[in-house]
Amino acid sequence: MTDLLALMAGLAQLSIIAVGGGSAVLGDMHRLIVEEHGWMDDASFARSYALAQASPGPNVLVVGVFGWHVAGPLGLLGATIAMCGPAGLLALGFATMRARLTGAIWLRRVERGMVPVALGLVTASALLLGETALATWGNLPLVAMGLTAATAGFVFLTKASPLWMLGGGAVLGILLLG
Amino acid sequence: MRPSAKHLFTAYFQVGVSSFGGANAWARRMLVEKRGWLTDREFAERLGLGQVLPGPNAMNTAIIVGHGFCGVRGAAAAVAGLFAGPLFILSMLCLLYDRFGHLGVVRGALAGVASAAAGMMLGTAFKLVRGARPSAPMVVIGLTALGLALWRLPLPWIILGLAPLGILAAYLEARR
Repeated sequence: MTDLLALMAGLAQLSIIAVGGGSAVLGDMHRLIVEEHGWMDDASFARSYALAQASPGPNVLVVGVFGWHVAGPLGLLGATIAMCGPAGLLALGFATMRARLTGAIWLRRVERGMVPVALGLVTASALLLGETALATWGNLPLVAMGLTAATAGFVFLTKASPLWMLGGGAVLGILLLG
Repeated sequence: MRPSAKHLFTAYFQVGVSSFGGANAWARRMLVEKRGWLTDREFAERLGLGQVLPGPNAMNTAIIVGHGFCGVRGAAAAVAGLFAGPLFILSMLCLLYDRFGHLGVVRGALAGVASAAAGMMLGTAFKLVRGARPSAPMVVIGLTALGLALWRLPLPWIILGLAPLGILAAYLEARR
């Protein structure tokens, strides 16, 4: 229980500095969970991340897997609330302010101006995630890169469900690595 | 058409349970392609705000989208919908992983999903760029953000440095 409270306190702090999203503070989470408290080792930290990737939901739910390791189901819920609560209240405050300012020209410019920054960062996270995934493929990095590129093309060029590619990727991984 | 809080909950619940590999790609697919509540450009703007605010992007975007349509109730409905399914599914996965995580089949499947999920994010980013119709200065700012992030510069610095330039570019674009 003290472990869970310590995890929640650490995550709540990260919540309001996690500009750019949950994965932006993955390094700080590693420091908190592996280096500072020794709740898990490097390998299980990396596997927790892959497990969260394989589950549907926002990427931030990786903190739920960390919470599960520390304190079971209650830990999963507590860690998610700690990571999402503070930032969520802030976003709600912002959304309220935004509603009052509807139509303000400067707000429209600010919103438009954030688009290139956001899209650059999303692209970078995608590439960094692809790089992280390479490590799980052992001596077949080219297959992993090909799968990432093929999925990108599929999503860009079609309106079909990306689930086909995710499922196909899982099958490919089982055939080549399983 | 303007969705109600109930519509928002249902749409975001579907986003939640299908959003393998991160929710933004699936939220875009639902809100822009399937429901038509937002254009690509409107979605990119809300996603941009969700990115600039601290905390999980997908949740921030859901709060902004939900609030835009139905106020606080809409925001709460969108967030509840987004998280309800995944929290349950993730609990089940954690249970299974504790028991079967050592198997090669499981590790192979996880590797495949991880690589495909990265590609899915990449393809979605390309789609959003296409829909945003960026001016030349905006393209330069976007590529700079990409380069600096790949170079592992801390994200708050990238945002603080590039946000003013992005806003400037938006003003220039509007004057043309």
